[in-house]
Amino acid sequence: MSSVTATSGESTFIPSRASGLGKTLDEIRVFVWRNLSHIPRMPERLADVTVMPIMFVLLFGYVFGSAIAMPGQVVTADSAAFYRSYLIGGIFVQSVVFMSITTAVGVVSDMKEGVIDRFRSLPISRVSVLGGRAIASLFEGGLGITVMALCGLLVGWGARAGFGNAVAGFALLAGIALAMICLGIYVGQLVKNPMTAQAIGFTAIFPLTFASNAFVPTDNMPVWLRTFAEWNPVSAMVQAVRELFGNVPAVDPMAAGLIPARDLPWPLENPVLATLIWIVVLGTIGMTLAVRKYSQGKDR
Amino acid sequence: MLEMSGRTHRDGDLAIEAVDLRRRFGETLAADGISLKVPRGSVFGLLGPNGAGKTTTVRMLTTLLRPDSGTARVAGYDIVRDAVEVRRRIGLVGQYAAVDEILSGYQNLFLIGRLYGMNGSQAKKRANELLERFDLLEPGKKAVKTYSGGMRRRLDLAASLVVSPPILFLDEPTTGLDPNGRAATWDIISTMTKGGTTVMLTTQYLEEADQFAEQIAVIDHGKVVAEGTPAQLKARLGKSTLVVHLDDNMTEAKARSAVDRYAAAPPALRQNELVVQLNDLGQTAEIITALAQAGANLDQIHIAKASMDDVFFELTGKNRAQEGLAA
Repeated sequence: MSSVTATSGESTFIPSRASGLGKTLDEIRVFVWRNLSHIPRMPERLADVTVMPIMFVLLFGYVFGSAIAMPGQVVTADSAAFYRSYLIGGIFVQSVVFMSITTAVGVVSDMKEGVIDRFRSLPISRVSVLGGRAIASLFEGGLGITVMALCGLLVGWGARAGFGNAVAGFALLAGIALAMICLGIYVGQLVKNPMTAQAIGFTAIFPLTFASNAFVPTDNMPVWLRTFAEWNPVSAMVQAVRELFGNVPAVDPMAAGLIPARDLPWPLENPVLATLIWIVVLGTIGMTLAVRKYSQGKDR
Repeated sequence: MLEMSGRTHRDGDLAIEAVDLRRRFGETLAADGISLKVPRGSVFGLLGPNGAGKTTTVRMLTTLLRPDSGTARVAGYDIVRDAVEVRRRIGLVGQYAAVDEILSGYQNLFLIGRLYGMNGSQAKKRANELLERFDLLEPGKKAVKTYSGGMRRRLDLAASLVVSPPILFLDEPTTGLDPNGRAATWDIISTMTKGGTTVMLTTQYLEEADQFAEQIAVIDHGKVVAEGTPAQLKARLGKSTLVVHLDDNMTEAKARSAVDRYAAAPPALRQNELVVQLNDLGQTAEIITALAQAGANLDQIHIAKASMDDVFFELTGKNRAQEGLAA
């Protein structure tokens, strides 16, 4: 230990004063590296974004799919096959919405550890830690979507509205994921332990994703639930993704007179635009609150 | 240590200067007007029981916590207005190892180096240097969560030294370490201070403050209750005592007449010992001579110097046994 020297023999290194966008981007890159480096040591973290959606696809697709038909249709082998590709859009959205929970859990664990104090005491931009977390989460989400898309292809799903629309569909999912991640970063700083984050997430997100068109069409829901479901942002997101991937019924049951005609709420008539608005609104709220909370530091 | 405490300092030589720092948490005034001056290159000890306000003070000085009022300059920069400048010049070793548990030791050091603005190869070189110095080269590849408390603390110290900060804050750096880990940690820190690093350390271990700090501030209930060198504090607050074992040859009467004029208070009889509080340690030689002339055997005479425990007790009314119960 006698060789330990702090300043004798070495010059006292004062980090450069460099600041600005370039430095912040470099810091974000370092934090992305840090968060991604966690994955090989705790691969179970990826289960949320990979195993769970696959189970949903298989369980819903085959268990419920064999009994669910689009409104006005009867259950056949064809309707089951269609339901599976219909379902994938819902599960895509559900899984990116769930990114908020996985992100929050990651952030809580971070904040609990002493290392966050070290980060705060470093001469780095305040947004770097959060930005790195957001982008790393986005990578995880991207991996999840990829796994799911491959799984979807195996059960008969496909992007059937052309290449451009498919790209737009995935871009939209990325946007939703980013907004959800920002919200997750905020929530993760509010609560004290990962279990709480998980509990809040599940009680908020589960009903939100189920009371929507993600798993079943809303047409036959009781009116009160249908109203809620159709204004639910999740429904607009799911509808947008389905349209961009071409997973909507070939025959519109309402236009064909199979179910009573009614006016759909605006978000479902303009699902892509509505989704973009939701992304901007939720993302801005999440990001603003998250950065503000982080800047305040933790009081203890 | 002696030669350093004799140094004189101008205010421009202060590494840390805090004026009337206050911070409230709900009902609790964690810091109630803390003022400190820490000369550049010195080792400053912040001593106090649990909950005295040590950590709050360090967190304010390291820009982790904003004071409600008061100001402080660290390395010449204001902790609120120039927080980033302060952060460029400090290292912090907190109470709990501030390392990423999931990453390896190497990855932790690499990460810190990169965040300080080193490029990849500089950060890699520095990380390996530090792992070697802190005897962590072998475990450096493993996840930190597999480390022992001592290894974690060494890594934490290494992480604080990635850029050799001129000012180092150590918040109870040996808490939770076994005696070996404590000794190793102090080895590292004392070698660093010889290199000219200013160190502020908080501790509940009195002997730690006594042994390493040139200046000590004792804080309790968010206030500085005493300040000075360990020797000054001991001289001011804790009286040394001289104990004479009595026997047939050295009777109580003989002993009393020999020491009477040196005693701070009337000597007390305790079983077969006479306990004499001393005014001035400098008189020790004279007292011993007087006792010897009265016929005392030198084996019979024992001098107990005031300990930091005595000082601590005097100031805060708490002793370490109570501390243990409170903690």
